[in-house]
Amino acid sequence: MFEIFGIPSNALFSQLLIGLINGSFYALLSLGLAVIFGMLNIINFTHGAQYMMGAFMAFFLLQYAGLSYWWALIVAPVVVGLFGMIIERTMLQWLYKLDHLYGLLLTFGLALIIEGVFRNYFGSSGLPYAMPDSLRGGQNLGFMFLPNYRAWVVVASLVVCLGTWFVIERTRLGAYLRAATENPTLVRAFGINVPRMITLTYGFGVGLAALAGVMAAPIYNVSPQMGSDLIIVVFAVVVIGGMGSIMGAIVTGFGLGVIEGLTKVFFPEASNTVIFVIMAIVLLIRPAGLFGRTA
Amino acid sequence: MLDVPSAPLLAVEGLHAWYGESHILHGASFEVRAGEVVTLLGRNGAGKTTTLKSIMGIVGQRKGSVRFEGRELIGLSSNAIARGGIAFCPEERGIFASLDVEENLFLPPEVKPGGLKTDSIFTLFPNIKERLRSQGTKLSGGEQQMLAIGRILRTGARLLLLDEPTEGLAPVIIQQIGHTIRTLKEQGFTILLVEQNFRFASTVADRYYVMEHGRIIDAFANSELDANLEKLHEYLGV
Ligand SMILES: Nc1ncnc2c1ncn2[C@@H]1O[C@H](COP(=O)(O)OP(=O)(O)O)[C@@H](O)[C@H]1O
Ligand SMILES: [Mg+2]
Repeated sequence: MFEIFGIPSNALFSQLLIGLINGSFYALLSLGLAVIFGMLNIINFTHGAQYMMGAFMAFFLLQYAGLSYWWALIVAPVVVGLFGMIIERTMLQWLYKLDHLYGLLLTFGLALIIEGVFRNYFGSSGLPYAMPDSLRGGQNLGFMFLPNYRAWVVVASLVVCLGTWFVIERTRLGAYLRAATENPTLVRAFGINVPRMITLTYGFGVGLAALAGVMAAPIYNVSPQMGSDLIIVVFAVVVIGGMGSIMGAIVTGFGLGVIEGLTKVFFPEASNTVIFVIMAIVLLIRPAGLFGRTA
Repeated sequence: MLDVPSAPLLAVEGLHAWYGESHILHGASFEVRAGEVVTLLGRNGAGKTTTLKSIMGIVGQRKGSVRFEGRELIGLSSNAIARGGIAFCPEERGIFASLDVEENLFLPPEVKPGGLKTDSIFTLFPNIKERLRSQGTKLSGGEQQMLAIGRILRTGARLLLLDEPTEGLAPVIIQQIGHTIRTLKEQGFTILLVEQNFRFASTVADRYYVMEHGRIIDAFANSELDANLEKLHEYLGV
């Protein structure tokens, strides 16, 4: 074994990997928030609860329907996304013309209600979710041991994030989304059903959160507060990256995960706060975020 | 000229419109027949833009009647109105900054068969073809106007609502836009044009309506323009 800056390479690489894993979740979640904010102008504080619902959905599917992890990866985002679309149609759509604060309060309230309901039925201790057999074990890379499941999470998250980026920035559908973000009235006057597009966008953003929840289930326990623990950090990530920037959300998500991991190696005392310190610095120097456009 | 009485393509009757509490249109009535270029004249603030937006269904609230091909549009959503075959080119042009020129050009979906082919649009506006990869808002004002008109020609809409397409543009570009409007008319498009520049309008229009305080206060044909010049100067305050 060799050492880097006096740190055993093994420790360094395994913290890097943990950073990448956390970064995968930060990226998926902040990407969903960015997509939703771009289209709906709403800061979706329910995001953490929807992530938690995705994990619970995976648990239910396995427990009561015998549907495996692989099914859950598809079914949970669809079901939780549909649930989000109902929220959008019945509640959020009335808030678009109002100040951000209203959307924030409503979605925050919804998050508290959803978490409360889950805590009521499932307690707060957490439920175990078994890793799919095909992803057990790992590879010995020589300089470190790489668990298969963790490798899968990083790769899957990267693929989903970059796929989303591609659709939004490089396709006709994405052009509709970008245009409707800029001037929804005119896009609608061209014959595009913008309200329906908004509903679907919200459903998609929520589905991303649920997908992250499914992927998290085998790593962390499935518990009602798993979302609220994570979402605070994710909001810091979004502030650092800049609201509404797709690539910004992805790069910042992975980047901050890695920085957090490295901090754990070199300066463990700061590992829980480093993201917030960076957030404070970014807010002072570039209030719109690293990738944000100043209006 | 033959004057065959036919049902108008667009018939606006007793149109009222509001932005929030402010009542802007007070019972405007006029009509546009298929194949015509009709110009809506009037001073700043008369309600011309609001009239076009009311036809498109993008003002706060409207009342009265707007019939297109005999179908009532009041109460329809603006996407449904566009799908019926009406296309709108807004006064501020509405080029999207987050889209490149090509994406801007192909943004409006086809609503009817028979729109202009991309090549014909490039023939009308060769500048656009040179700049497909540029960011939409990096184009000059004239090029943005051409893009704003060009993108609605693809859609198959037969009624075009053009809001002051010559505003703030250089004379050569105004000429090019005049040429475009005449070409479109030859191809059978029907155009409702809003203008303050009646010298320009006189090179393309069949008929005029004059709007003041949200009402139509006068109407005449292009052949009657000279006889109405004095009145027009008064209406427009030029
Ligand atoms: N979004 C709006 N909200 C409130 N009032 C408006 C709005 N847009 C236009 N108006 C008012 O409506 C009147 C008519 O405006 P407009 O239709 O733009 O006139 P024109 O196009 O003939 O210059 C003006 O008095 C203008 O101030
Ligand atoms: Mg106007």
